[in-house]
Amino acid sequence: MANLSITDLTKKFGRTIAISKLSLEVKSGKITVLLGPTGAGKTTTLRCVAGLEKPDGGEIKIDGVLINDLPPKERDVAFVFQNFSLYPRYTVFENIASPLRIRGFSREEIDKKVREVAKLLHIEQLLDRKPIFISGGEMQRVAIARSLVRDPKVFLLDEPLTNLDAKIREEMRTELKRLQAESGATFFYATPDQAEALSMADWIAIIKNGHLMQEGTPTEIYHRPRNLFVADLVGSPGMNFIPAVIEGTNLNVGPGCFILPLKEEVLQAVRAKLSSAQVYLGVRPENILISSERKEGLYSGEVEVIEPLGLLQIVRLRLDHHFLRVRSEEKVHFAVGEQVFFNFKENKFHIFDRQTEERIW
Amino acid sequence: MSSVRVEHLSKRFGQVEAIREVSFQVEEGEFVVLLGPSGCGKTTTLRCIAGLEVPNSGRIFFDQEDVTNLGPSARNIAFVFQLYALYPHLSVYDNVAFPLRAERLPREEVEKRTEEVLKLLQIDEIKRQKPRKLSGGQKQRVALGRAIVRRPRVFLLDEPLSNIDAKLREITRGELKKLQRSIKATTIYVTHDQVEAMTMADKIVVMNFGDIQQIGSPHEVYHYPANLFVARFIGSPGMNFIPGELLQKERLGVVINDSYFIPLEEEQIQAIEKKDISRKVILGVRPENIVVAEEGTVKAEVYVFESLGAENVVTFKVSEHLVKAVLPGDMYLSPGETVGLHFKEIRVFDARSEKLIA
Repeated sequence: MANLSITDLTKKFGRTIAISKLSLEVKSGKITVLLGPTGAGKTTTLRCVAGLEKPDGGEIKIDGVLINDLPPKERDVAFVFQNFSLYPRYTVFENIASPLRIRGFSREEIDKKVREVAKLLHIEQLLDRKPIFISGGEMQRVAIARSLVRDPKVFLLDEPLTNLDAKIREEMRTELKRLQAESGATFFYATPDQAEALSMADWIAIIKNGHLMQEGTPTEIYHRPRNLFVADLVGSPGMNFIPAVIEGTNLNVGPGCFILPLKEEVLQAVRAKLSSAQVYLGVRPENILISSERKEGLYSGEVEVIEPLGLLQIVRLRLDHHFLRVRSEEKVHFAVGEQVFFNFKENKFHIFDRQTEERIW
Repeated sequence: MSSVRVEHLSKRFGQVEAIREVSFQVEEGEFVVLLGPSGCGKTTTLRCIAGLEVPNSGRIFFDQEDVTNLGPSARNIAFVFQLYALYPHLSVYDNVAFPLRAERLPREEVEKRTEEVLKLLQIDEIKRQKPRKLSGGQKQRVALGRAIVRRPRVFLLDEPLSNIDAKLREITRGELKKLQRSIKATTIYVTHDQVEAMTMADKIVVMNFGDIQQIGSPHEVYHYPANLFVARFIGSPGMNFIPGELLQKERLGVVINDSYFIPLEEEQIQAIEKKDISRKVILGVRPENIVVAEEGTVKAEVYVFESLGAENVVTFKVSEHLVKAVLPGDMYLSPGETVGLHFKEIRVFDARSEKLIA
């Protein structure tokens, strides 16, 4: 395990800039997740670290040693791909053992290491089988085991769970996280899946079009998104956004749907950063309280869709041309078409500048 | 629109039995989801209903009419693969009118029916626009409009949302449900995504290995899963299972790990006494029904902590068993920490048959 340090990394393909001056610290023994939509530059970043792409600028260091000019095999990193491939003629055991054989480990060492990693990934019972006789989920575990069997300085994982079905993905997420914690390995992990990022990461770096948008712990990213892009990307169901205008000490939401009075601390913060009165109100579905009872100080909306999720449900309210999705408990009954009343949990809303898209509260 | 009745449908491909004795009913205007992992037979079932596959045995009825031997075109169904596949060079109006023109209906008829559908779906104001100018939701309406303009007896949808990104899918789900309710379209929808099934369906048909596992409302399959498969498949994360034994103390309950006793509810006790089953059982508890409490019955060690923003998913070790809990987003626990857990709304399954007992 080791620290990976990326400074001002730039990579162009022809005239397209895939990564632009990306700087990031991947800390030893932690999981750092690179989160972003398809085409954001995640894979390119990983490939630059692995030595599979040559950067156009910037520095990549492992434990302070510049590795820009080292060939891939001298970098001591392991790459786990989304589209894994196994040797079809080899048994699972041989597949996992192959990186060790190449490096000249003794037979006893190989046996010990392969069984150890197989046990961690719950594939001990498959060791004698050939890949065609195991399921897709099992194959991916074998592919991961093959990377983990070595003890490289850094693991680069490129959407390793994307091709697995939802149930296995959920399990593997937990397994991988535990495996990393127990081994103390350094993970640099790319994914487009925000739930995967939040649940696995010690540190998240969000990129868009090759630019770093925000980095921080999962909690910081979720509760204090820097801008509209991050706020929208993270969370499911996602944050609600409604255009609004600041009028005196109030927020006119819609405009014309309802008036939200702003406290002094909010007003001060907003006025300091605002470029114009045009903003978006952002509020997460779990921070809205709804009830069928009309009360002083509550806003109203019409129930448009109810989506049950077990103990919870998502209630979609229509407000003029906009809608709000609200997380509520299943046992509270609402009917489609019903007029309901809502407000927000104390200060649990955000305001974004419509022009700069930065969060100003 | 029609009702649909599927009776004892079986289909083999060579040696492989894709579906076995599949029976279910779809009421007029109902939204039924066929849910299961890949290879469970859901798409084969849908294709049989569409007339794209001929079943080896069984019958399919639209209302009272037996359509088993009718070809696909004679069944008057709308089969939608992708909700965004529109003709890019045609306007909204022409996209919707297309199937009617293809049938060579008289011009007045085409106009009347197209206008009707445009109004119904509230897309008459954008009828002159081309698809690329439309939002995702509008495209979806146009695609639906094109499907309903022919006045099909039933809508068949095969994973229509699988190719769109997660954010858009969340929104589209709600839109589609709203539209389906407003036009009261009989709909059979195939998906492997339990969230889609839960959020959209009136009724879910859960399938695995060609067999129906359970038919029920989202509430039923979530709270009263018929067996371990359904219990695990529905919910995210799925239900936790711990082997145990029934034991009579001051009241009947389940003992796990020879140490923790979890009493049953009155109704559950009655269900069990009536059936008089083996004492080996599996206790099921949903991650959302686990509460951290100092006086909790079960001692557990934090194994993995995963934060999801609004909530945290914590994997606990209860002796050698792993148990996942969904806890409030503001509750932080560290791996290695020991806490007490309280299990609410537990379910009891027979260890051998894997069926729900109580």
